Amino acid sequence: MTAAPRTAFPSPYEQPAPSGAAGWEELYPYHLLFQPWRRAADEERFWFCDSQHWPTVVKPFEAAVVELVFKSLGQFNTRHFVVPSAYGIAARIHQGYVYLSPVEVPQSRVPARVPQFLQRAGYYYANWDRLLENWKGKVRGVIGELESISFTEPPEVQPYEEIEAGVGLDAADALLGGYDRLLALCHRAWQYHFEFLNLGYAAYLDFFHFCKQRFPGIPDQGVAAMVTGAEMELFRPDDELRKLAKLAVALGADRALTAPDPGEHTLTAVGREPRGRDWLDAWDDARDPWFNFTSGNGLYSGDRYWRDTPSLPLGYIRDYILRLRRGENIDRPLAELLAERERITGEYTALLDPPERADFAAKLDLARQVYPYVENHNFHIEHWAMGVFWRKSRELSALLHRAGFWPGANDMFHLTRDEVRAALFDYASGWAIGVEPAGPGRWPAEVERRRRIVAALARQRPEPALNKPPADVTEPFSVMLWGITGERIRSWLDAPGHGGDLTGMAASPGVVEGTARVIGSPDELDLVAEGDILVAPVTAPSWAPVFGRIRATVTDIGGVMSHAAIVCREYRLPAVTGTGSASTRIRTGQRIRVDGTSGTVTVLD
Amino acid sequence: MNSPYTVAFDGFADPGTSLLGGKCAALAAMTRAGVRVPPGFAVTTDAFAAQLDRGGLRRAVDGALAGLTAEPGAAAARGAEIRGLVGGRPVHPSVASAVTAAYGKLCRAAGGSPDTPVAVRSSAELEDLPEASFAGQYDTFLWIRGADAVLDAVRRCWASLWTDRAIAYRAARGLPGRGLRMAVGVQQMVDARTSGAAATVNPADGDPSKVMVEAVWGLGQLMVSGQVTPDTYLVDKVLLTTVRTTVSTKHRELVPASDGQGLVQRPVEESRRRTSCLAPREVVEIARLAKTAERHFGFPQDIEWAVDRQRGAAAGSAATPVLLQSRPETVWSRRPRPPARTGHGAGAASIADTLLGPGAEGITS
Repeated sequence: MTAAPRTAFPSPYEQPAPSGAAGWEELYPYHLLFQPWRRAADEERFWFCDSQHWPTVVKPFEAAVVELVFKSLGQFNTRHFVVPSAYGIAARIHQGYVYLSPVEVPQSRVPARVPQFLQRAGYYYANWDRLLENWKGKVRGVIGELESISFTEPPEVQPYEEIEAGVGLDAADALLGGYDRLLALCHRAWQYHFEFLNLGYAAYLDFFHFCKQRFPGIPDQGVAAMVTGAEMELFRPDDELRKLAKLAVALGADRALTAPDPGEHTLTAVGREPRGRDWLDAWDDARDPWFNFTSGNGLYSGDRYWRDTPSLPLGYIRDYILRLRRGENIDRPLAELLAERERITGEYTALLDPPERADFAAKLDLARQVYPYVENHNFHIEHWAMGVFWRKSRELSALLHRAGFWPGANDMFHLTRDEVRAALFDYASGWAIGVEPAGPGRWPAEVERRRRIVAALARQRPEPALNKPPADVTEPFSVMLWGITGERIRSWLDAPGHGGDLTGMAASPGVVEGTARVIGSPDELDLVAEGDILVAPVTAPSWAPVFGRIRATVTDIGGVMSHAAIVCREYRLPAVTGTGSASTRIRTGQRIRVDGTSGTVTVLD
Repeated sequence: MNSPYTVAFDGFADPGTSLLGGKCAALAAMTRAGVRVPPGFAVTTDAFAAQLDRGGLRRAVDGALAGLTAEPGAAAARGAEIRGLVGGRPVHPSVASAVTAAYGKLCRAAGGSPDTPVAVRSSAELEDLPEASFAGQYDTFLWIRGADAVLDAVRRCWASLWTDRAIAYRAARGLPGRGLRMAVGVQQMVDARTSGAAATVNPADGDPSKVMVEAVWGLGQLMVSGQVTPDTYLVDKVLLTTVRTTVSTKHRELVPASDGQGLVQRPVEESRRRTSCLAPREVVEIARLAKTAERHFGFPQDIEWAVDRQRGAAAGSAATPVLLQSRPETVWSRRPRPPARTGHGAGAASIADTLLGPGAEGITS
């Protein structure tokens, strides 16, 4: 017997916590929770799970990033550019997962916002390149400041020179100041992240909307194909790996690089090759900044960055060298991608009535101007700035771990950002007074308790949405960026059963069959074998090198502008995104058919 | 060398519409362009003229048409009289020998059977015009086997120039009733697993970026006559990806009789009724075929196509569709499209219009 389809998602207020997760609410800031005193208002809204950006349970410290992301996203719609119809996006953390709800501007306020939007957004569009150049300087500044922060043990006594100089401040002051700056700089990084992003998406949306009007039912991928550029900073790290692979072969230094289990020792081995030194110089050149690149998405403390984990880029270089030896061409087909972009653009243009072609061309030009930012900001913020942020955070966690605050070097992430500040004060003040801090008595047991709660939350996949859905979704950004449509919501509501097709967004065309490999987190990427079909809650652009091995991609969430979709089109792999539940309904080893043209996934076993 | 009375579709020259009629001219053009069209030949308008010029037939026809008004009853009586005159005469001996020879050649090329099944279709000079499709006005005869049967069908096609509905159709559009010329196409029959039509604009809204493919099991006549609801596939013309598929319940199909004599209608077995009668790749190939035809003629087209049973059966793989005919689309291609409801130009003002939806122009300008 099949269950009747649901008409609404559960209310967060009526969802029992998974077993073993009682007390999970204490792990997150109060304002990010569905609180009893605002139940009426929060149940009124429809919330969808942002598993595109937060596919796994958020640890307490990581909630600081959730707060900063949505605060910063909101400010540019609401306060900087005065977008007439849309305020920001409200965020909640519920049972460890992030839920979102876009906020509309009340109708009565819309007219007054229009002239301000025209003036402000108009200025940014008109001065885009200059302001963006300035932006790059600002972001480099933030990254430089983050790099300058350090968390090390305070000295036994303050240096004598400070006595003579009459400084009068201590190492505790520096530690606490460093922590405050760490968070303030993270806040800045996220503000800069959204400074151009909302406008970039808005310009893209305008073009997107025109195409949808003129060519009803045009696949989203068709719109994206006209706009996507080929030379992207976001693809540069992967390009550097290809270059290094080719250079290794040219220098005859490839033997050391193809030994199994690459790591730090591989670099020593390369150094012993006759021309290995030349290769290591090239490696160092590529490393900064391009290996400030995470295998995740920059939003989790456990993200592994290439720069800190050489086994990651070395493993990918090894793959590329092996492919080169098999005579494969490892270059991205840039010329073909550009030719295809021009063919598609030309054919759609020819289908328009001549008077409309000027509008189409103007919208396309602006979309193409802003689009590189939409992709490349990722490198500067999620990869580079956040890479430094997490490295410094781990440094602090390790310092307090050495002082006995928690059993594992990275256990600080089980505390909220305010708790970390209190713990650091406890530590610094104990040092200043000359007494033992209280933390080593409090935190180890608490960290263990929280570790169990997080594990219990992680055993349960989140509901794709909460509360009663609207009849249709018209909010343009939800549709374009998260793939939230009326149809998608209905497919989520259908009781998930076994067998049958999964449907999602037709994100990158083509049909293939193969063996599924379900990947829950970037740590499992090593398991992906040649010819697998990657099935994941979500993918990150930095997974790019595994895209050389796989035949297709299926994700739980994400629209046609999601990173998985963009990378798959780039690699010409079929992709179906936004299936809602592929990573839980498909098991590793099953044979599946992925139809990226129609957006369906069929389990064949 | 072709006689002036028959012209093979794969002939090198372009004899044009006046000699081949609309349908055959299009098929010959597509064959020359390298599109997969089943082999065949046209019985030219010169053959038709020769037939009318023999034994005072033309005079008799013109006499019967004299003073005809658009009145329905009048058209019926005159039509029957003319069809009797035209259909009753034996085919002009020179035309008959040319047709017999061309059919023999087609049979030999098809594998040697002396009675290869063919479709015999009218191909009037004044048809398939952008202004008037004449769709279904003239007769078509399917699964015709043997030279004598082919000659008989050719004669009946000629006579169909004066069916009641054709006379009325011309009269209603103020088109001339006299001096008409008709060629006839003789085309090797495809034993279709699936057939159908495709339009290079979406018939629902005139969107020129789509190809609408309609398909039924077997031959396409049950779809054309509205007895079976086809599966429909909406394909993006630029990307050649299917954006919407609607599978309908197809109860009946028209297929060759098991003894090879004629066609039979039979029920579709339960397991195939609600199954898409095209594989995804076949849909795309049909759309590509339609797009090629539109490109070639420089004008939106309605095409008919078929997927051969034998080829399609090979290991269940997708088969290559063949083109059965292509004619100009006559509905949407003559209408202007309503303008898009988006802001003009690009940038903040246009975005505000887009975000605020229809009717927002007043706020932002």
